[in-house]
Amino acid sequence: MGQIAMDPNRPFFLTKLEKIAHWAQKNSLWPAQFGLACCAIEMMGTAATRFDLSRFGAEVFRASPRQADVMIVAGRVAQKMAPVVRTLYDQMPDPKWVIAMGACASCGGVFNNYAIVQGVDRVVPVDVYVPGCPPSPDALIFGIMKLQEKIAMGKNPGAWEGEVLPLKVEAGGR
Amino acid sequence: MIDQAGQEAAIAAAVAAWPEGVRREEGIDMPVLIVQAPLIRPVCEELKRRGFDMLTDLTAVDWLPMGKVPRFEVVYHLFSTRGMWRVRLKAPVGEEDPVIDSLVPVWPGANWPEREVWDLFGIRFEGHPNLTRIMMPDDWEGFPLRKDYPLEGTERPAPIVRE
Repeated sequence: MGQIAMDPNRPFFLTKLEKIAHWAQKNSLWPAQFGLACCAIEMMGTAATRFDLSRFGAEVFRASPRQADVMIVAGRVAQKMAPVVRTLYDQMPDPKWVIAMGACASCGGVFNNYAIVQGVDRVVPVDVYVPGCPPSPDALIFGIMKLQEKIAMGKNPGAWEGEVLPLKVEAGGR
Repeated sequence: MIDQAGQEAAIAAAVAAWPEGVRREEGIDMPVLIVQAPLIRPVCEELKRRGFDMLTDLTAVDWLPMGKVPRFEVVYHLFSTRGMWRVRLKAPVGEEDPVIDSLVPVWPGANWPEREVWDLFGIRFEGHPNLTRIMMPDDWEGFPLRKDYPLEGTERPAPIVRE
């Protein structure tokens, strides 16, 4: 919102409703509390005292998607898990954002095989990708700050960044 | 204390009962019995009666790269909790109709391992109470641990496409 020089004689300031809404949203992120693999351990570390995610207003991990507005996909998404992740995303109220944490959630990571979805962006729209295997808590915090910047800029939440083409290859075996 | 004599007696009895269908080999860690697939249930019942009361592992091997015929091998590891004996059973299963008797009536614990082998190798277990996929999604096509299954590129369309 930039610098605000308050005039004591005029104790108010003018801004856009949209802008103040984004300001409120970005400073009160409620992540959905679920982890899919080892990245979740780093996510827990991020929320704990040493790194203290509450400094950035994103420490309230909710066990219900109905109360969350950020989904941190922490780990590899199995083919069987993909519809579940999608259901959780659909259950979150708007506006909502997704962070793909780590290599697996971003692109499948080392698991280039039949079992793992090659990036969670094939299932839900991702706003921020955090690289690393697993990313350190600092990296996740950086990702959350990037998301906050994005929210402050008023980027359309939950929009696909590009067209996502379903990959159809015939399965082998008999 | 391992009762070697009891182990040998149980294995010898199984070989003696089906001289045509059961062949003994020495493995590096435990005795191995090559069992013809149709005999697997009676052989296991016999071994269980003689002390091998626990099925510790049930899995399969696809020998396609080695060109072995028959192509598949179902592998069973049996254990005796009283005698501390072990034995490994291998049952060759052909490619055209990969089917073998289920061991669930003998050891109920065979239920999930047999589902896993069905799911990943496509070997049917005759008489299994619920032979459905256990690892992969129910509507999955193909059997991923077969050696002719492609390593990558089998990904399906996005499960749910955003409207």
